Amino acid sequence: MDKTVNQKAWFLVLPVFLVVAFSAVLPLMTVVNYSMQDTFGNNQFFWNGVGWFKELLDPSTDLGGRFLASLGRNLFFSLVILAIEVPLGIVVALSMPRQGWTVAACLVILALPLLIPWNVVGTIWQIFGRPDIGLLGYVLNAVGIDYNYVSNDIDAWVTVIVMDVWHWTSLVALLCYAGLKSIPEAYYQAAQIDGASRWAVFKAIQLPKMNRVLLIAVLLRFMDSFMIYTEPFVVTGGGPGNSTTFVSIELVKIALGQFDLGKAAALSLVYNLIILIVCWIFYTVMTNAGNERKPQEGAA
Amino acid sequence: MHSIPGRRFIMGLFLIFLLLPIYWLVNMSFKTNSEIVSTMTLWPHTPTLQHYKRIFTDESWYSGYINSLEYVVLNTIISISVALPAAYAFSRYRFLGDKHLFFWLLSNRMAPAAVYALPFFNLYSAIGLFDTPWAVALAHCIFNVPLAVWILEGFVSGVPREIDETAFLDGYSFPRFFIKILVPLIASGIGVAAFFCFMFSWVELLLARTLTSVQTKPIAAIMTRTVSAAGMDWGLLAAAGVLTIIPGALVIWFVRNYIARGFALGRV
Repeated sequence: MDKTVNQKAWFLVLPVFLVVAFSAVLPLMTVVNYSMQDTFGNNQFFWNGVGWFKELLDPSTDLGGRFLASLGRNLFFSLVILAIEVPLGIVVALSMPRQGWTVAACLVILALPLLIPWNVVGTIWQIFGRPDIGLLGYVLNAVGIDYNYVSNDIDAWVTVIVMDVWHWTSLVALLCYAGLKSIPEAYYQAAQIDGASRWAVFKAIQLPKMNRVLLIAVLLRFMDSFMIYTEPFVVTGGGPGNSTTFVSIELVKIALGQFDLGKAAALSLVYNLIILIVCWIFYTVMTNAGNERKPQEGAA
Repeated sequence: MHSIPGRRFIMGLFLIFLLLPIYWLVNMSFKTNSEIVSTMTLWPHTPTLQHYKRIFTDESWYSGYINSLEYVVLNTIISISVALPAAYAFSRYRFLGDKHLFFWLLSNRMAPAAVYALPFFNLYSAIGLFDTPWAVALAHCIFNVPLAVWILEGFVSGVPREIDETAFLDGYSFPRFFIKILVPLIASGIGVAAFFCFMFSWVELLLARTLTSVQTKPIAAIMTRTVSAAGMDWGLLAAAGVLTIIPGALVIWFVRNYIARGFALGRV
C-alpha cells in the first residue's frame, strides 16, 4: 500500500503549518535575536555577537558554571529516572490482570497520576513528604530516619525522584501493556508446547514485541525528564541551595527572574539544540523500526 | 502465561503506592486547619467542608477553574480541527517535504516550555492577546497540535484505503467524504486525541501562568495564593488540589480502553 504523490496535500497540512509556525518560529526568532545582544533595560540593546555562547560553555564564568552544573544534575536525574521507571513499568505491565472489570479499574488508577496538573503533583508530594503534616515524612521520622527534604540535599533528591517515579511509571506501564496486548495467544501456546520457562517466554516473545513501545517510552521519558520544571520547583524550589536546580529551573530564573534576556536566550538555544539532537535520533529510529515492521506483517 | 508469579501482590503494592499520596491530599482537604497542624490523624476526626465551601463561593477561586477550562477547551478544539486534515494528508499522500515537516512537528512537541515562556510573553503582549484565554490556547498548540497529528495519523492509517476510493467512485466530494465517512470511522481516535489535548493543556502550568495576569489566571496560579501572613492554608490548598484532579478522572473513564494506544501515539 504505497502512498500516492500528491502535492495538493499541502493544502490539508497548511492549517497545522500556520498554527505551529506562529507559535514556534516567531518566538524562536526572538530568542535568536536576543541571544546576540546585551541589554541594560529600557529596551536598549547592544550587539554582543557570540559572547553569551562563549560564556555559557566556559565553566569558569558564573553563567557557564551554573549552566553546566544544572545540565549535569539534569542528565543524572534523567538516567536515574530511566533506570527505575523502565524496569518497574515492565514489571507492572506484566502484573496486569488478564480480564474482567479489574483490568479497567487498574487502567484508570494507573492513568490517574498522569492527569493531575503538574503543580498539584508537586503540592501532593510537598504535603506528603513534610515531617510535620505529611504521612511519608512523619512515618519516616517516627521509625528513626532523619528525613527532611527542605534542608537535606539527599532527601530532596530522593523526594524528587520518588515523585517522578510516582508520576510517570504509569506511562511506561501503559505503553508496555499496549505492546503485550498485541501478542497473539498462539505464541504463548507454542511456547507452552515447547515447554519454555517463564523467563524464556519473556525473553523470546514478550521483550521483542515490546521493543517499539519501549523505545517510545524511553525517549519520551528522557525528553520529558530533561525539561522537567514544575514538579521540583513546587516541592523544593530548586533547593536546598542549588542541589535540585535543573536546566529549566535555571533558565526561568535567568529569563523571568533576572530578566537577563541575552543569557537566557543563549541558554535556550543550546538547550533546544540538545533536545533537537535527541529528538532526531528518536525520529530516525522510529521510522526505521516502522519500515522493518511492514514486511514482517506481510509475511504473517 | 501473560503474567508473572505474584502479580496480584505487585499490582496491589503499586496501586497503593499510587493512591496513598492522593488519599493523603483528599484526607487533608476534609480536615480543619487546626487538626492538620496539631495532630497526626489518618482520617479526618472532625470532618469539615469549609475549604470546599470557600472555593465554591469565593469568585476569585472558582473563576480560576472556569479560566482553566476555557483555554483547555479552546485549545482542544483548535488542535483537533487543524490536525484532522493534516493527519489524513500524512497518512495517504507523499508530498514535497512531508518527512521534514513531520519531524519539525515532532521536535516542537519535545521543545522545553521554559524556552518559550519569555518569547511568548513578548509575542502575545505585542499582538494584544496577553491575559486572554486565546493566548494560552494558542501557546499550548505548540505541543498539542503535533501530538494530535501523530495520534490521528495512526488512526487514519488504520482505515483501509479502499474505503476512500469507493466513496470517491460513488461521487462523494472530498469535504463530504471527510465529514460523512472518515470522521465517523475514526471517532474513537478523535476521542483519544481530544483527550490527550485536554490532558496536556490541563496539566501544563508554566506557559499558562506566564501568559496571564489578572483576568484569566488559571487555577494552578491561584493555588499559590494560599501562602498568607498567617502561614500556609493547607486545607484550602488540598481542597483546590483535589478539585483539579476531578476533571481528569472523569474524562479518563471514557477513554480507558484507548489510553494505552494513545500514549503510544497511535502506533501500537
